[in-house]
Amino acid sequence: MSERERDQHTGTETTGHEWDGIKELDTPLPRWWLWVFYGSIAFAIVYWVLMPAWPGITGYTHGMLGKSDRAAVTGELAKLESIRGAGLVKLKSASLEQIESDPQLQTYAMQVGASVFGDNCATCHGAGGGGGKGYPNLRDDVWLWGGTLEDIQHTITVGVRSGHPGARGGDTIMPAFGRDQLLTDAQINDLTEYVMALSHRKADRAAVARAAQTFADQCSACHGPDGTGGAKPGAPNLTDAEWLYGSDRQTIHDQIWNGRNGVMPTWEARFSPETIKALAVYVHANAGGDAEPAAAAVSRPSAGAVSGK
Amino acid sequence: MTVVIDKRPKGAAAGPESAAEHARQKGDAGKSLYKPRTPIYPKLVHGKWRTIKWAILIATLTVYYVTPWIRWDRPGSLPDQAVLVDFEGRRFYFFWIQLWPQEVYFITGLLVMAALALFLVTSLFGRLWCGYTCPQTVWTDLYIHVERLFEGDRNARMRLDAAPWSFDKLWRKTGKHLVWLAVAFGTGGAWIFYFRDAPTLFVEFWTGKAPMTSYISCFVLTATTYIFAGHMREQVCTYMCPWPRIQGAMLDEHALQVTYRYNRGEPRGPHKKGQSWEGRGDCIDCNACVTACPMGIDIRDGGQLECINCALCIDACDEIMARVERPKGLIAYDTDAAVAAREAGQPPRYHFLRARTAYYAVALTVVSALMLWGFLNRSELTLHALRDRNPTFVRLHDGAIRNAYTLKIANRSFEPMPVEVTFSGVPGATLRMPGEPAGASIRVTVPANEVEAVRVFVTAPPDALTQSSMPAVFDVHSDHAKTQTRTVFLSGAANPQ
Repeated sequence: MSERERDQHTGTETTGHEWDGIKELDTPLPRWWLWVFYGSIAFAIVYWVLMPAWPGITGYTHGMLGKSDRAAVTGELAKLESIRGAGLVKLKSASLEQIESDPQLQTYAMQVGASVFGDNCATCHGAGGGGGKGYPNLRDDVWLWGGTLEDIQHTITVGVRSGHPGARGGDTIMPAFGRDQLLTDAQINDLTEYVMALSHRKADRAAVARAAQTFADQCSACHGPDGTGGAKPGAPNLTDAEWLYGSDRQTIHDQIWNGRNGVMPTWEARFSPETIKALAVYVHANAGGDAEPAAAAVSRPSAGAVSGK
Repeated sequence: MTVVIDKRPKGAAAGPESAAEHARQKGDAGKSLYKPRTPIYPKLVHGKWRTIKWAILIATLTVYYVTPWIRWDRPGSLPDQAVLVDFEGRRFYFFWIQLWPQEVYFITGLLVMAALALFLVTSLFGRLWCGYTCPQTVWTDLYIHVERLFEGDRNARMRLDAAPWSFDKLWRKTGKHLVWLAVAFGTGGAWIFYFRDAPTLFVEFWTGKAPMTSYISCFVLTATTYIFAGHMREQVCTYMCPWPRIQGAMLDEHALQVTYRYNRGEPRGPHKKGQSWEGRGDCIDCNACVTACPMGIDIRDGGQLECINCALCIDACDEIMARVERPKGLIAYDTDAAVAAREAGQPPRYHFLRARTAYYAVALTVVSALMLWGFLNRSELTLHALRDRNPTFVRLHDGAIRNAYTLKIANRSFEPMPVEVTFSGVPGATLRMPGEPAGASIRVTVPANEVEAVRVFVTAPPDALTQSSMPAVFDVHSDHAKTQTRTVFLSGAANPQ
């Protein structure tokens, strides 16, 4: 190749092309850029040898280092299991009471419980377990299905009206007295007054008197003759301060009319027994940790039958 | 910033120029963005200030190397090291004092006090810190001493550097760098002992069982010591350290500094024995002050950014003045104002009480007093109450309202501490821990030197709740200590359900 023309100002060779008197400079690449470029090529070759790189028809080149993100994830999960292992083994063998009385194990159970609660229970019961309209408050002393550790563990396992053969509530439901026309409008209005009177609030005396017989016929089978609940499992105490759907006249009327019933899924298939134990300990401790919650004991003729909501 | 005091007639023969002067001339010539470094060969001097500097060097290095090995008996499994920054246990130990991470403001206060003390000392006596106690000065001094042991004093070193490579030059250079590295390693090695039990770490370090941070810290400190004290020296002070620039705000014409008394020295010039001293200054232009300077400057140019006030030129000049039988103190600690007064034929006056010294002294006294008061009054018991925010309150079956709190009770003593917690602000409120019976107070025992987190349920009867949010107080007391913390009791009483 012959010597190419050099630009006078820059001393750089030109490409030899000329457009309307303008010549193009053939400025060489900066040296550092060139070295980085060569370095990248060298790096790529080393990378192909060491790391998974080239796709094939049935697989890919695995590389000499044998790196695999999937294997790394599996390894990390196994490591996590082994870290949790000791605590989980203890949870499995310990009884609920033993867990609560061993501070270290209780702390562990509370942490597991808090995490599981946040992911699964908080959607309905609230992040802190404070409940909401129609969803029981898990922090107070009122328990529809029993407030002891064993009661809570059982409720979580089988659920409420969940379709599980042993589910809480089974087929006992509160009828929709209005919607299904079991009672007349007037009767329901009177019953509303009666329930208001049960919880010591202002009510129409004549209506209360009229509703007494209706209450005895229709309600007392579950809510008890005095309205304190618990005659059948899950029937709320109508005389206390705790109201699942609300305490005002309109809400009480609507409940009698529509007969809403609480539902909670069974967690037996979702959680291991250890996780349910941890969850029970967490819920129990956050509600006060009483061996026998005060309100649950008020009218508790048999296990699982409790006053309240 | 350089003030040229040279009153020689122009063109007079100059002695060896200072390294700074050399660099100044060289720096202007090239196009380089960086000023070339001219090597400095400080000459060994003898005298009062050199002796004081040796003493301070030995004292400060002894404190640095020995402190981590001082033992201090503490109960139980607590570390028995007198001075320990225990990151793992989250404690700072200093002999009988123990600080928790949340008390780090005492360290902040100490740093504020140190800064104010530095300001005060600087505005009174100039750069005492730089000249005597700064680690850069101390280690550089030590390194120059090592250099002198291997390569001899100034002239021998200059000859050696100029000489071609030989066996003699090789072993002297190698030996110097090996000792430098050993000193550097000792420095980095001592540093890590402040953060972990020294005897344990010593064994761990040499058996490869020490934490990686120990090895990394040791390596970094070794490298910085070797580079800063061996190779960068005065450049650290001149280019890296902000203090020489900040101190311009502290110094004024009444601050004591290492000063060339030009009123006595000028006009300078060589002096032969027996010559008259009439009509000339005491400076014989021997450049002893220049050759002694570790910063490579000429003190006769006046106060300079580079000058660390190490006073070695005072010793160098005093030696010469004694030899030529003139009074000592041609270079001495003096103020610019005093020298100017003498030059004008007036008696020098010293003003140590000035607005800035008074301000620094008052600020230092106030901060020290506050810190001391805070330190003497710190309680070994502290209490924090964290309210449950979700749900903010719980209504019980009988209408009572319950709030839940997590109390963090810290016991800073070395003994387990039984405490009683009470609650006030809501009439009739009862306290209980989960699973325990309710009462007017709860009792727990906080383990020694730990924080106990206690869940507390406070239950209040509905008729006591006059406001939806009632201010309340948790009190905690042990046998000798008590404290309290404010909180609120929420009930939603304003919005009955």
